[in-house]
Amino acid sequence: MSDYEYGNRCIPHPYALVGTQADSASDASYGRVVVPGEVDVTHGAILYLESVTVSFDGFKALNDLNLSVDDGELRCIIGPNGAGKTTMMDVITGKTRPDAGTVYFGQTIDLTRLNEVAIAHAGIGRKFQKPTVFENLSVFENLELALKMDKRAWKSLFAKLNGEQRDRIDEVLATIKLSEAAHGPAGRLSHGQKQWLEIGMLLAQSPRVLLLDEPVAGMTDQETAETAELFLSLKGKHTLIVVEHDMDFINTIAHTVTVLHEGHVLAEGDMATVQNDPKVIEVYLGR
Amino acid sequence: MTERRLFSPLGWTLFAIIVVLGLTMPLLHVWVPEGHTLHVSAYMLTLVGKILCYAAVALAMDLVWGYAGILSLGHGLFFALGGYAFGMYLMREIGREGQYQSDLPDFMVFLDWKELPWYWVGTEHFLWALFLVVAVPGIVAFVFGWFAFRSRIKGVYFSIITQALTFAAMLLFFRNDTGFGGNNGFTDFKRILGFPIAAPETRAVLFALTVVYVAGILVFCRWLTQSKFGRVLAAIRDAESRTMFVGYDPLPYKLGVWTLSAVLCGIAGALYVPQVGIINPSEMSPANSIEIAIWAAIGGRGTLIGPLIGAGVVNGAKSWFTVSFPDLWLYVLGALFVVATLYLPRGIVGLVRRRG
Ligand SMILES: Nc1ncnc2c1ncn2[C@@H]1O[C@H](COP(=O)(O)OP(=O)(O)OP(=O)(O)O)[C@@H](O)[C@H]1O
Ligand SMILES: [Mg+2]
Repeated sequence: MSDYEYGNRCIPHPYALVGTQADSASDASYGRVVVPGEVDVTHGAILYLESVTVSFDGFKALNDLNLSVDDGELRCIIGPNGAGKTTMMDVITGKTRPDAGTVYFGQTIDLTRLNEVAIAHAGIGRKFQKPTVFENLSVFENLELALKMDKRAWKSLFAKLNGEQRDRIDEVLATIKLSEAAHGPAGRLSHGQKQWLEIGMLLAQSPRVLLLDEPVAGMTDQETAETAELFLSLKGKHTLIVVEHDMDFINTIAHTVTVLHEGHVLAEGDMATVQNDPKVIEVYLGR
Repeated sequence: MTERRLFSPLGWTLFAIIVVLGLTMPLLHVWVPEGHTLHVSAYMLTLVGKILCYAAVALAMDLVWGYAGILSLGHGLFFALGGYAFGMYLMREIGREGQYQSDLPDFMVFLDWKELPWYWVGTEHFLWALFLVVAVPGIVAFVFGWFAFRSRIKGVYFSIITQALTFAAMLLFFRNDTGFGGNNGFTDFKRILGFPIAAPETRAVLFALTVVYVAGILVFCRWLTQSKFGRVLAAIRDAESRTMFVGYDPLPYKLGVWTLSAVLCGIAGALYVPQVGIINPSEMSPANSIEIAIWAAIGGRGTLIGPLIGAGVVNGAKSWFTVSFPDLWLYVLGALFVVATLYLPRGIVGLVRRRG
């Protein structure tokens, strides 16, 4: 079973919108209906995690995690293996339900009450640590499926791409340098190309927030540099949260860096501050 | 390149030839006198008609297994439900010509029942029976699928549950009290829409309808699998979780194709019963449903045409073996399956494509 599936067992009612204690919240704004594309960022933050805890059989993968990401920011998350970086993304995207804590998208959308599909529609897209593309579909078709459009089943029966949508796919293909490979199966791409295709699918999906789990793993230096450039160009228009182990890459793109350790934020700040933090050196950078 | 065709010109030509040949068989049965070399016997027509019904089931199986990655080991149930639904109509058409000369079907008289159970009401109407043929397998599949897919039951667990489902249904239908003739099921049909059921013309029409049905659903399934709906199914099959994060809810897609597949089986069952002349609970035996999966695997799943060929080849071989070497058949079937899984991952169709 692939990496992104192993967490499934911790979601009891996957397709249901899970009603929780937030139902009884007194603040009227909590009751707002989720309208895709309508994210209230009046207070600056687009993503807000407070005291989030996730345990697996008693082991705390996330332990009282607090994180706030501003709209349009490019946030880098680093930390040793097992620090809880992927688990944090699982919580944000609805794959794993936190045992405690709150996760808000903008001021009003409580992500712990939404399922994966609803969260995707609300505007959060994700690239997995292990690149996962639809191997038996062509590169073009992968992007077609990702493209922002009506995704209900009966609409898909008669869906046909219009000129504008084709242009958009061609544009993304050019950005991720896969125009040549567009009509071959995605399963035949190299590891780095799959990473790019997955990034391309995110671009086609055009979410407000992009979660990128180790996007440059397996890429050549050249490809890594190009990815850094791409991310920097997306910043501002989208909010990016990038998890990486490649410190050179982080150095190129980072503005604010958050260091996770044992499910908790160990340090946060600009690259220089974080790099000189003795705690960070001890658990991560100095290894 | 991106403009999709249903079939290539060659494909359409082959398709047309096969359909025309298929439609010629009943004509040869009716118009060419017995004894003539071109005469198609009633036995042959029934055998091929039966295999065509199985082919439709194999196609329906491919839709869920090949394209959506859902291996059903209970498709025999939907086939049988369609067959029973239409069988009820055929039983009512017997009228008073049964052994007991009663308005009730013979088995009910035998059980000393005085009136029809509520679920038999209206079954004397052909159109109501047709509705049941679609609705019963459809509703059973929908309800079962809704619970199974909603709880994200997948893979081998799903397959085992479908086996259990068809087994449970078989036990239920075996009981006389269930009201479907117990282990004898329905047989001794006399008429369909007033026409004698075993008359050459009736056989010919039923056969022709079956040919048209199989051809029609082949084109329909081809269209479906080439639509965006089909691509989303493939995406769910290969990486379900990923598909959700892209914004597709897998439930309506899986449930839709699952229910459709069951309905296609039900209609095949309804075409099978008047041609073969009997339906009984053994159609719901777990082994029967496994065999359906074997047809698809041997023919080449995910190709639509493959399972049609698989159903033809396996059942052709079966009818020869069960006459010549009845004891050997199960071994041969097992061997075919092992060879197909080990050496022909894409089935017979894969073999042809590789050579071609
Ligand atoms: N479904 C699960 N069941 C049990 N333990 C889990 C599960 N998911 C994650 N863990 C554990 O939680 C911890 C955090 O895992 P996570 O994948 O979030 O780490 P990470 O920071 O992404 O690490 P890496 O850099 O290696 O990707 C690890 O110890 C992991 O073994
Ligand atoms: Mg990780």
